[in-house]
Order: sequence, then C-alpha cells, then structure tokens
Amino acid sequence: MSTATRSLPRALGAHAILLTYTAIALFPVILVVMNSFKSRAGIFGAPLTPPTPKTFDLIGYTTVFGQGDFFHYFQNSLVVTVASLFFVLLFGAMAAFALSEYRFRGNTMMGLYLALGIMIPIRLGTVAILQLMVATGLVNTLTALILVYTAQGLPLAIFILSEFMKQVSDDLKNAGRIDGLSEYTIFFRLVLPLVRPSMATVAVFTMIPIWNDLWFPLILAPSEQTKTVTLGAQLFLGQFVTNWNAILAALSLAILPVLILYVIFSRQLIRGITSGAVK
Amino acid sequence: MATKLMATKLMAAETRAKRPIRWHVGVFLAPAVLVYTAFMILPLFGTLQLSLFRNIEQSQVFVGFSNFRTLFGDPNWSVNFWNALRNNVWFFIIHMMVQNPIGILLAALLSSPRLRFTAFYRTAIFVPTVLSFVIVGFAWKLILSPIWGVAPHLMDFVGLKSFFTPWLGKEQYALTALSLVSVWQFVGIPMMLIYAALLSIPDEVIEAAECDGVTGMAQFWKIKLPLILPSIGIISILTFVGNFNAFDLIYTAQGALAGPNYSTDILGTFLYRAFFGFQLQVGDPNMGAAIATIMFLIILAGVCVYLFLVQTRLRRYQF
Repeated sequence: MSTATRSLPRALGAHAILLTYTAIALFPVILVVMNSFKSRAGIFGAPLTPPTPKTFDLIGYTTVFGQGDFFHYFQNSLVVTVASLFFVLLFGAMAAFALSEYRFRGNTMMGLYLALGIMIPIRLGTVAILQLMVATGLVNTLTALILVYTAQGLPLAIFILSEFMKQVSDDLKNAGRIDGLSEYTIFFRLVLPLVRPSMATVAVFTMIPIWNDLWFPLILAPSEQTKTVTLGAQLFLGQFVTNWNAILAALSLAILPVLILYVIFSRQLIRGITSGAVK
Repeated sequence: MATKLMATKLMAAETRAKRPIRWHVGVFLAPAVLVYTAFMILPLFGTLQLSLFRNIEQSQVFVGFSNFRTLFGDPNWSVNFWNALRNNVWFFIIHMMVQNPIGILLAALLSSPRLRFTAFYRTAIFVPTVLSFVIVGFAWKLILSPIWGVAPHLMDFVGLKSFFTPWLGKEQYALTALSLVSVWQFVGIPMMLIYAALLSIPDEVIEAAECDGVTGMAQFWKIKLPLILPSIGIISILTFVGNFNAFDLIYTAQGALAGPNYSTDILGTFLYRAFFGFQLQVGDPNMGAAIATIMFLIILAGVCVYLFLVQTRLRRYQF
C-alpha cells in the first residue's frame, strides 16, 4: 500500500525526465524533416510549425534531385556497406569459430592480437593506408573502402561472435564429426545457423559506422564516381550554404534511410547491446 | 557428460597417434588475419615508422625524432598542436562531465521497475547515435544559426532570449557548444550500456536491500552504483578513445580550419590539415604521421591506464 502511494509521484517524475530528454533527442530531426517540406517564407516565418497548405513546397527536393547525383551516391554507399558487411560477417565468423572451437598453440595470443583493433582506431594508420592504396592503384575505387572497412569491422565482430560460438553445444558438433561431416560443413551447416541472431547484432554494429563514415571516403575515394552518400551530402551542403530549402531537403534525404533501417532493426540492436541482460 | 568424456579420450588417442596438421584451423583464420594485418596493423606501424622520416629532395631520409621536435618546439607547429591538444582535453572533460552522468541518469530511470513505455524511450533516445555526423553537425549548425532564429525563438519561451549569442561563431563558446552537440549525439551509448548493467543485477540483491530498508536514492547510491562501476569504466575508456580520435563533427560543422580562429581545432582536424594541407600550407605526410603517432600514444596510454589500473581494481561481481 505504502509503496503504491510512494511510487506514483516517482513514476511521474521518471516519465517527465524521460519525455523531456526524448523531446531533446528528437527535436532537431523533426525540425529538419518538417521544414524540408516548406517554402522559403515558411521556413523562416514559422520554423516551429508543421507545413500548412500555404507553406507546403517541394522546391528543396526538386533542387536536390536536379543538382546532386544522390541516387548514384546512395548506390555507392549501399555497395560499400553491403560488401564490407558480408566480408566482416564471413571472415569474422570463421575466425571466431577457429578461436573458440580449436585449441592450438598461440590461440590466446591470436585472440589478443585480433582484439587490439577494438581499442586502437584504424584512422591512425591513414597516412600509410593512403600510400598503400596509391601503390596498388586502388585510390578512388570502392574496393579500397571495402577493404578498409572490413579490417575496421573485424576485431569487434570476432570478439562478439566468439563469445556466442562458445555457447554452441559441443555435443552437436561432435555428433556431426561422428557422422563424418568435415569441419567446414560443421561450421557452415551446424554452427552458422545457430549463431544467426548474434550475426544480426554484429551486422547492425558494423553497418552504422560504415554508412556514416566521412573520413575514408574523403581521403581514399573522393572522386565523383565513388562518392558515398555521406560525402556527397557533405559537399552538397557546402555548396548550397544559402539555399535553405535544398539543404533541409538534402538533410532529410540523408536522415530517412538510416531512420527507417533503425526503426526496423532497433529491437535487434538494443537486444544486442543489452544481450543476456533483458529479462 | 558421457560424450564429453568420450571426446576427451578420442582427443587423447589422436594426440598419441601424432595428429596431422589441422589445415582447417588455418583456413578459418587466414582471411580475417590477412585483411586485418594488411589494412590495419601494418599501416599503423607504417605510420609510426613514417613519423621518423622526412622528405628531403624527393627521398625519404631518416631523421630520428626531429619531426616531433618540430611539432613540440617550432612555433609554426607547436602553437597549433598544443591548442589542439588542450581543446581535445576540454572536449573529453565535457563528455565525461555531461554525457556519462546524463546517460547513467536516463538508464537508472529506464530500469526502474514497472515503468511503462521504456521501449519507446530507449528507441527514441538512441536515434541521434545512428545519424551521421554530417547530418548532426549541419542540423545543429542550422538550429544555432542566428539567421534562422530557432534557438532564440525557443529560448524566448523560457524567458532566456537575452542569453542567446551565435555560439558556434564565438571563439570562447564554439568548442563547448560543439562538445555538447557531440554529447547529444552519443548519450545513447552510455545509456544503453549502463541500462544493460542495471538489468543484470539480480532481483535477490535488490530484494535483500529492500528488506534492510534501503530503497529509492539510497538504494541506487549504495547498492546499484558499486555494482555498475565496471560498466562505467568501460564507457569512460570508450569515450576517451572516441574523443581523441574525433574529427567528423568538427569538420562538418566548422570545416578543416576548425574556426573561428582554430578555437574548435582538435587532434583529428589538426592531423587532417597537416596531412593534406589547406589553403597556403602544403600537405606533409611525415608531419601527419608524427601527429598520428602522438594520438596513438595518447590513446594507448589511456587504454593501458584502464586495463592495468582501473579494470584490475574494480571488483567484478559474478552472479
């Protein structure tokens, strides 16, 4: 009884703080998307009101689609992200399986070596990476980005996946061995399907920084053919400093795909971060 | 149990019979190790090595620590370097003082029992973290811009309009303002990690505390906080590494020159300018490598402090 009366104001207080912070977190996003559908007068006259029939205008979007080749940039981002993700998951799962399944000399050392990259950012090697790409002729190709992002994503992927691989039952794998399956078949047919949920978690973790990265596209692949959507948006925003319609429309176009993906996968992502804890 | 025993026996028998080389272990490891070594470890060491050389008459000459002497001593470089380092430290302090306490507060509220809509709050508060720096930097630049007037308009609601100044344009405020934007973006990460730690505290511990009359705030400070200290250690080191490696937000909001008058220059933007050059200065890979080396040493020092001093002293509770 007494706890019930005491917890009501506390719950209200908690909701008040959380709602306030939610508003702070979402306000800029809503503001940008809302104003991108307005005419110039509407943007400056009443920035905080949703578009009305009087202020509704798509001029920003027509400018963006007329000027920047956003569809192409989007395609580049998609190719780079999907390919890097594929290699991170495949190579990462293979290495995680080797580390968690087999005992061999140097196992722990190998694990530590591969975990180094979690703490030391790959960005610090940029000077030498650029030299390497120039030497191999990979500058301004998407391959350069895919290779770098694969290396960047591997350490965390291996670390997380080997934790999950350890939980796969030994009996199952040994049963497979007794039935004469090769180690490769055991990995691809038995283990991989079982760790699929954790693969999804790793995928989300790997995907966000790759999609959002500005540093490597700026340095390794700034050409028109290989621009990613993040770099394209950055340059576009720089060009159209005074065209607010176009800027807001470009920002909205950059926000929406990420937001849609996030809403679809947020459950997966949050479950991954809080894995094992959510009861 | 029986199968385990059998497996051990089998393995023992195998060892005695001189096991053939297990090629599949190599095959499983090779792709990851190769890509990781070629594009991460070797370039990292390549960069460290490059910092000891200088390009003299079209050829790389070994100059020892001379690049570092230039960086620390030559006024052309050292003024900017110390400025960037100071700014970076301030950037980190703001994150530690603002981002992590807010994250812990939100997580503590979210984890309170029988609270509804937690999934919605969690999802919404994490949204800024998944957005790209380009979006975040530009959106805030627009909001804080005096031309658009959204910020003064909002401050007018609470009667603070007279306090508005174009923060991003003033030397004394720009860095703090940008740090707070970065805090806004990343508050979701400490929130999630602490939230997970709080949820993993077993109910028995909480019930025992309640039996002893420890509830509410006292329960948080005396029971829960000590139990989540390892997670606070982890978010601190993540913040440290992230901050001393930051670049994108400053670059998108203020450009490579980190204006006004270098007041928002941090090590990442300084590295970019040194490496690629800007306006009148020509890019210098060797000096860039020297700056990257310093950043590497700073991050390595932070990670070592964490691993050897913080982590070993924090007691981990196994439930």
